[in-house]
Amino acid sequence: MSGVRLFRVIKPGLFTTVQDLGRRGLQRYGVPVSGGMDAFSMIAANLLVLNQSGDACLEITLLGPELEVLNDTQIAITGADLSPTLNGQSAPMWRTLSVSKGDIISFGEIQAGCRAYFAVAGGINVPVVLGSRSTFVRGGFGGFEGRPLKTGDVIEASEPPSPFKVELSMPEELIPHYENKLTVNVVLGPQADVFTDRGVETFLSSTYTVTIEADRMGYRLEGPVIEHKVSPSIISDAIPPGAVQVPGDGLPIIMMVDAQTTGGYAKIAVVTTPDLSRLGQAKPNDAVRFSRISLSQARLRLLEYQRTLSLMETRILQG
Amino acid sequence: MYESARYLPVGDKALLVEFGNAIDITINLKVLALCDAVSRAKPLGVEECIPTYRSLLIYYDPWKVKYEQLVLQIKGIEQRLDELVSQMKRRTAVVPTAYGGGYGPDLPYVAEYNHLTEEEVIRIHSEKEYAVYMIGFIAGFPYLEQVADEIATPRLKTPRLNVPAGSVGIAEKQTGIYPMESPGGWRLIGRTPLKLFDPSWPQPALLRPGDRVKFKPISEKEFEAIKNAVLRNTYSPVIKEE
Repeated sequence: MSGVRLFRVIKPGLFTTVQDLGRRGLQRYGVPVSGGMDAFSMIAANLLVLNQSGDACLEITLLGPELEVLNDTQIAITGADLSPTLNGQSAPMWRTLSVSKGDIISFGEIQAGCRAYFAVAGGINVPVVLGSRSTFVRGGFGGFEGRPLKTGDVIEASEPPSPFKVELSMPEELIPHYENKLTVNVVLGPQADVFTDRGVETFLSSTYTVTIEADRMGYRLEGPVIEHKVSPSIISDAIPPGAVQVPGDGLPIIMMVDAQTTGGYAKIAVVTTPDLSRLGQAKPNDAVRFSRISLSQARLRLLEYQRTLSLMETRILQG
Repeated sequence: MYESARYLPVGDKALLVEFGNAIDITINLKVLALCDAVSRAKPLGVEECIPTYRSLLIYYDPWKVKYEQLVLQIKGIEQRLDELVSQMKRRTAVVPTAYGGGYGPDLPYVAEYNHLTEEEVIRIHSEKEYAVYMIGFIAGFPYLEQVADEIATPRLKTPRLNVPAGSVGIAEKQTGIYPMESPGGWRLIGRTPLKLFDPSWPQPALLRPGDRVKFKPISEKEFEAIKNAVLRNTYSPVIKEE
């Protein structure tokens, strides 16, 4: 790697990985999409340091790392509020931040959300594996040798920092607010017919709790049991991220971006793309409800979401 | 098999085309032929196809194409599917496998369970060609055609925490190869020195849906020789084109 050395990892945090927008076209070989769990916040972080939206960032989970700055650069922190600090002082989120050699970036208590995104001007430089820099820990590739950060790692940027400093911030009304209760839109199917009418009704009317078994592969939920007609098994087929599987115990599992690509449990519904990004901020004990929308409503919301993403860039640059 | 395919929306940006509700080579070949045709024709907005036993998941960009329009286009291809299936080229991959001993610690159990000798289990397992129905579950894992009834064996009651990469196992009537070290409950009867998955390959999986797999019994010595060649990247797996 021939990049610019920017940060030394003093403490890695609970689970800090390099992520970008993930891998495309490889699910047919069993390779999951991976990429940032909350793509919206990750893209915002990149735009705030004038990166491409698909440049590699750090995804920081619940307990953040401690980093020593090795060279002057600009960063942006978005997503979950994990009390970021710069040299012990509270550091603002959702805006460009200039850091200098010798500075210490650290994180504290979890205020809201689950995953923070840390972008650095020029993007993080790790080898591209199968078209992406995203870390896929279970497969052991991408990011830093296929693993989360560890003490002593040195993070490099792909390009030297620009001599021009920018001062950008996210427009206030575009900054998401994370609560402990979340309602996500779903399109029913493709195997909703495996469940009784009462089962589908239970799924759509109940509040579920995210359990401790919640990671980049999937979230196991706890709550009222969803009734199958006969068996929860189907002939294994493709699992898109956002699919809600219900195995024999009747408790839903939301499959996330590192999930296995195929599986044999019936999928009652699939979470829409914009809401999957919001789910990336859910953490154990948070409450989740599912709201059914039609395919045409889902399409309109997806187009609206993509419009917001492209507007975000213009709005950030306009200040 | 359904008379005509079922079309189902999956979330806000994918379409599922389902040809039947069974594990059946005729159904699977339709899936694979459609996958090939769609990947080649690249209809506007189509991003990725994932073939499985009996259905094809097609990701699309709703900016570029509406669900209903995409369904019409795919239905157009479906009309020609029988012809496409007959034109399909299939490969046969030889998977050298050391059976028994430390490579296949459950071979004695599989033999005893089925009232066979270990040699008979090896012969029965290695004389059949197994179609690869799909790749999934973990990166590079081939879902293979079923084994002969005579060697079907239930899974372990308690899965092993670490199954070595390349392990060949049986679970009920399924047989498969672990592409990487992982936990697993299949009865291990052997191990191949081949690498099934390597993220540094442009096409990261050795096997493709539609291939046929033929296990070839090898000795411990041959295993080590091939293993060394694989590590040095000097081994070319035997894959015969049709």
